[in-house]
Amino acid sequence: EQEKGLGALEGVGFRVGQGLSERLTKETPSFKDELDVLKFLCKDLWVTVFKKQVDNLRTNHQGTYMLQDDHFLLLSQLSNGKQYLEEAPKFLAFTCGLVKGALSNLGFDSTVTAEVLVMPCSKFQVVIQKS
Amino acid sequence: MAVCIAVIAKENYPLYIQSITTENELKFHYTVHTSLDVVDEKISAMGKALVDQRELYLGLLYPTEDYKVYGYVTNSKVKFVMVADSSNTALRDNEIHSMFQKLHNSYIDVMCNPFYNPGDCIHSRAFDNMLTSMMMQVC
Repeated sequence: EQEKGLGALEGVGFRVGQGLSERLTKETPSFKDELDVLKFLCKDLWVTVFKKQVDNLRTNHQGTYMLQDDHFLLLSQLSNGKQYLEEAPKFLAFTCGLVKGALSNLGFDSTVTAEVLVMPCSKFQVVIQKS
Repeated sequence: MAVCIAVIAKENYPLYIQSITTENELKFHYTVHTSLDVVDEKISAMGKALVDQRELYLGLLYPTEDYKVYGYVTNSKVKFVMVADSSNTALRDNEIHSMFQKLHNSYIDVMCNPFYNPGDCIHSRAFDNMLTSMMMQVC
């Protein structure tokens, strides 16, 4: 029941990601490679949606990326303690869809998962599928 | 004057194609189809160079009549193709460029419509009107 709800949220985020990436990439030059696209996500897209850039981007150069936002906007209103740690990932479903949709529109199939270890810091793991 | 405008998805099937006259429509469809090869060539040639989004193709695609076919590629690999009658030599580069910009803006609006599924053919009336006015205006 809850899975369906989160799935629906991610679906909505996906569609929004597609439209948003189309709008934001209108003036930008062509992306050279995967890393360029991820950097665009971390800077332009994140700033547009969350008013700040992603704080840390890591990659294993083999298609897996880790985006870390130390002060995630959607979690900032919740308490910083352990109280809502379990519930927090639900608030990230939409954002996972957003990232997935933006990547898909720019030509990359991916799976995106999110985790919260310490509030309000959230980590998004993006795995680009090799076709 | 632009006689035919087409929006092609990244998988190379048409999302939207409209010609100014209904006669000879098939000819324009064929012209657009053949120009796709050239577009693909240009895209693969771009490679590592940091290029402009804008891309221009100028030339005789159809041997008996003069048509200029212009192409434009977005970052999401959606292609816009415009066939213009080259008897109107007043049509300049930056005019074509601004037409493509308007086309891109309309396409973005279609994309952001939550009732539109990316990959479907475009049925938006606003998009139709925009394109018709663009083709009329340049005459």
